[in-house]
Amino acid sequence: MALFPMTNANGARLFYSHRHFAEPVAGSAALAIQDLCVNRPNENVLALDHISLHVPIGARVALVGPNGAGKSTLLKTVAGLLPIRSGSLRIYGLPVGACHHRVAYLPQRGEIDWRFPINLRRLVMTGRYVHMGWLRKPSTEDWQVVDAMIDRLGLTGLTDRQIGQLSGGQQQRALLARALAQGADLILLDEPTAAVDVETQAVISELLADLQREGKTLVVATHNLERLEADFDSVLYLRDGCEVPPPEGAYVGAPIGKTAFQHLL
Amino acid sequence: MTFLNDLIEPFVRFQFMRNSLLAIILVGSVCATIGVYVVLRRMAFIGDALAHTVLPGIVFAYFNGISLFIGAVVAGLLTAFGIGWLSRRDTLREDTAIGIMFTFMFALGILLMSTARSFRDFTHILFGNILGVTPSDLTLIAIVAVIVLGTLALFHKEFELTSFDPIHAQVIGLRADRLRYGLLILLALTVVTAIQAVGVVLTSAMLVTPAATASLLTNRLPRMMLIAVGVAISSGVIGLYASYRYNVASGAAIVLACTLFFGLAWLGRILMRRLQRA
Repeated sequence: MALFPMTNANGARLFYSHRHFAEPVAGSAALAIQDLCVNRPNENVLALDHISLHVPIGARVALVGPNGAGKSTLLKTVAGLLPIRSGSLRIYGLPVGACHHRVAYLPQRGEIDWRFPINLRRLVMTGRYVHMGWLRKPSTEDWQVVDAMIDRLGLTGLTDRQIGQLSGGQQQRALLARALAQGADLILLDEPTAAVDVETQAVISELLADLQREGKTLVVATHNLERLEADFDSVLYLRDGCEVPPPEGAYVGAPIGKTAFQHLL
Repeated sequence: MTFLNDLIEPFVRFQFMRNSLLAIILVGSVCATIGVYVVLRRMAFIGDALAHTVLPGIVFAYFNGISLFIGAVVAGLLTAFGIGWLSRRDTLREDTAIGIMFTFMFALGILLMSTARSFRDFTHILFGNILGVTPSDLTLIAIVAVIVLGTLALFHKEFELTSFDPIHAQVIGLRADRLRYGLLILLALTVVTAIQAVGVVLTSAMLVTPAATASLLTNRLPRMMLIAVGVAISSGVIGLYASYRYNVASGAAIVLACTLFFGLAWLGRILMRRLQRA
């Protein structure tokens, strides 16, 4: 993986966070969550109520549930966007934010200002910023990574397009290209297949399988129930911030929720 | 050729015209560049508020014989932090916080002004007078220009990212709120220079109109900044010249020239759309 120099060999870099590169704890899971409670923003109401989740390295996990079930909240908490109220959350054995390089988060499309004057290639480049830190300009190597990821998601030829002039599916793939350009090991995707075209859906399915072969860990909030068995190893069902048993006959895969923890203890 | 001679004659002949020209170039560049962020981040209201809230600072400085510039900078920075502090943790919505600070400070300024013997001392603060810019004003404007443009250049990628995707910034450990504070401080500094040119009342025009004009013409950020700077400087020179030649208020002339450019860009865009459809 020479494309992604994760080491802090170049000591002259000023990273955005004072905690930057940290080695994972040996033998730890990609994501270990125990009795996690998280409040809704600015309210003393639980958005997540004692969630437990054990995601081994290299697994593909789907989060499924109706709107407001807590799927996005869970992903945002892992990404370090929301404070933890109680419980524990370990990413490769480390607390949230200990290693920003290692976690990539793909927001729902509506959270970005698509009218902003920036083109596709620069949008994808923002995925490399975590490696650059303050005052650095993208190197040739950074541009190579960016172009490789743009090709990989079938966006070649659109690099100079202003991001608002891409279709919904292309925007989604642009965000995926950025997440990949970051070179993260744990990839959090919030509804990547919501309202996208068939082509994008196929590209994403293929990508999920490829990424698993590369040893990446994926946690994906999804509404697309038909693809669960094909695209994922395990499914966690959520409703009103709690883990719920799967509906009759629904695909579950390897246990990862509360039951998985009971196995471990 | 006589037209061209006519045009450059005042600048060749008078030192104060050369000073004004240099001032308007600096003010235009700074306002237009940061103005692009003001427009894209929908901060126009804050820009307008900052321009008005520096008034008590200027009046206070005037009464106490301090540099008006310093008085304005201090009042501007106090406002920037005041707005940030009032609207922290969503207790008050930001536009409400701005509305309160804006009117409070402006009223304070008017009140202080009304204690002076003559209201006329302050007309150049309210409406600007680029022709009256002094060499020491010019030095301060140049310092502010270097600080603001230098900071925007050094942290371009961070300002850009936090403007369109603050969530990704947060995920990679970049504090979007701190960059926002930084931008507010730069904006407060910028507003103070703009007041020299167009006065308190019209400053938001210098921030918004050139940038808005540029946003109609391109969708690349650096190009947008360059076009905005071009529009601001051209308007400045036109306004300056009109003010000298026809003895009209310089600030108003500059702002009207800006608006003219905006109108042309708007018209051009409509024509382009028509042509593309045809």
